[in-house]
Amino acid sequence: MTALVQVSDLVKTFGTGEAATRVLRGLRLTLETGEMAALLGPSGSGKSTLLTILGTLMKPTSGRHVMLGLDLVAAEDAALTEFRNRHIGFVFQFHNLLPDFTALENVIFPTAVREGRETAAARARGRDLLVRMGLADRVDFPSAKLSGGQKQRVAVARALMNRPELVLADEPTGNLDRTSAMQVMDLIAEINRDEGTTFLISTHDEKIASLCRRQIVVGDGMVTG
Amino acid sequence: MLYALKIATRYLTASKAQTALLVTGVAVGVFIFIFMSALIGGLAEFILSRTVGDISHVTITAEDRDPAILVHPDGAVLAVAERGRARTAALAEAATWTPLIETVPGVIAVSPQITGAGFLTRGAQVAQVSVTGVDPGRESAILNLAGYMHEGAVRLGAGRIVLGQRLADDLSLRLGQTLRLQSAVGVSAVLTLTGIYSTGNGMIDASSVFVGLPTARTLFALPQGVTRIEIKLADLNAADATALRIRALTGLDAVPWTDGAEQLMEALNAQAQTGYFLKSFALITIVIGVASSLLLSTYRRRPEIGIMRAMGAGQGFVIFVFVTQGALIGLMGGLFGAAAGYLALLPFPSRDAFEPGTLPMDITQGSYGLAITLTVIGAILASILPARSAARVDPVTAIGQ
Repeated sequence: MTALVQVSDLVKTFGTGEAATRVLRGLRLTLETGEMAALLGPSGSGKSTLLTILGTLMKPTSGRHVMLGLDLVAAEDAALTEFRNRHIGFVFQFHNLLPDFTALENVIFPTAVREGRETAAARARGRDLLVRMGLADRVDFPSAKLSGGQKQRVAVARALMNRPELVLADEPTGNLDRTSAMQVMDLIAEINRDEGTTFLISTHDEKIASLCRRQIVVGDGMVTG
Repeated sequence: MLYALKIATRYLTASKAQTALLVTGVAVGVFIFIFMSALIGGLAEFILSRTVGDISHVTITAEDRDPAILVHPDGAVLAVAERGRARTAALAEAATWTPLIETVPGVIAVSPQITGAGFLTRGAQVAQVSVTGVDPGRESAILNLAGYMHEGAVRLGAGRIVLGQRLADDLSLRLGQTLRLQSAVGVSAVLTLTGIYSTGNGMIDASSVFVGLPTARTLFALPQGVTRIEIKLADLNAADATALRIRALTGLDAVPWTDGAEQLMEALNAQAQTGYFLKSFALITIVIGVASSLLLSTYRRRPEIGIMRAMGAGQGFVIFVFVTQGALIGLMGGLFGAAAGYLALLPFPSRDAFEPGTLPMDITQGSYGLAITLTVIGAILASILPARSAARVDPVTAIGQ
């Protein structure tokens, strides 16, 4: 396996002066291509901040962040936006679908926004992903009317739409019942196994973490295990 | 950017009630804009038609020749020839100029005339009158005499006279009676009253009489030529330019009606300025309405904007989505407002049929295209601030909401 993501000496401080809070304190981490890793740690340990930085939604105060050989700390906002669109997928705890769009429209959004239109090829791939997620009968269903588990599966499909190398999942099962949570995790494991997509899954759930081949523990702004 | 257009459209259709309310607000602003344009334009048209509609728009008047003088070699004037009673200044080549002037673009009528003062006698009663001799067949070329006829016919011919109702009342005249008209140069003619008009203008109705051009030639001892040429234009606002053109074409001193009408022009300008203010306020209302509504929409959709940004939508894409919404709202509001304005103006009489007591609305001056264009531009400008605000949404904060 080769290193997909490398971060070193990662520091993130919020606020200034006496109100300054250092959330990440020189964190070092390497993610290999095809890994399926769980990110564990108590609340406030810096898990979400790390995911946000790895997802290029936020820049570290200092440190190094390299993905696919590119130094992402130095990149401009527009370049990061394009990089994120092509190489990173997100799954959030509250699915965060666009409520006025159908399941298929949500899934193909990352491709459509890049190409400026909804192509037939994008629709075909989106449809395939939804079928794979067990949502063949919900393709043109308004996303607002889907159940929680269905919404999260749509979110997983959306994260995979552009065939990203890395998918960051922040508590993807935190808002689901056990059955739905296991369905989503099975899907993630299947995609990781079949397509070699790297997953980093932030979770508090030991059972969910045990489904991942690697567990990364973050504490006090550093990787502790 | 087709995809941004789709999202903008979806956002608008997703909140139908809010969009309908917003479009209605814009449409009301456009309606007011159009209504004010039609009213101000119609009012100006009405005032102009009532004040200068029946007068010559460009006039060529014969210049009085200076009397002949005998000058001593040392410069002293020894003798001045008394102006002969029959030597009325004339445009000798009127017959040549008239067809030429008729070819000038914008000219709709040319009326060669002989004018002068005279005395109208009926029995013991005498009235001082202003005499206008016009070409038979061109009686209504400038003053719409045919339209103002109260009794009889406007047709002027040998031995006929047409005069105003007040003059007829003052002299107790009836159609068919004979009158004696003596010109200022001392020539008299006996004429038959064949028509009485009523223009509503006291001066004209009480002291103007019209005779045929041959009769006027006799009265003013002018065997050839005319004393003035009156010209009517399709667009009286083009009088200055047309007068210049006629001057260049003929070398004659063509004077537009606007010379000496500064007060009227100032009043019309002031009225137009008032209209601009009112229309500007309507546009400002539209801009504020669209901006505030889109700002609210931006705030409400912050989490979605955050998701879009996280999924790779650039700032330009987000700006385009919201600016497109503004443009669509402006376009829809503009079209609906323009249609409503047009329908509301339909019941009003046309510009040619304004009646006293009714609003002089001119449906042709609604400025529909301008209203729609300005509204779309205003709505786009109004949406830039909310759009920029949306583009600056921090995805991390927005998704966490």
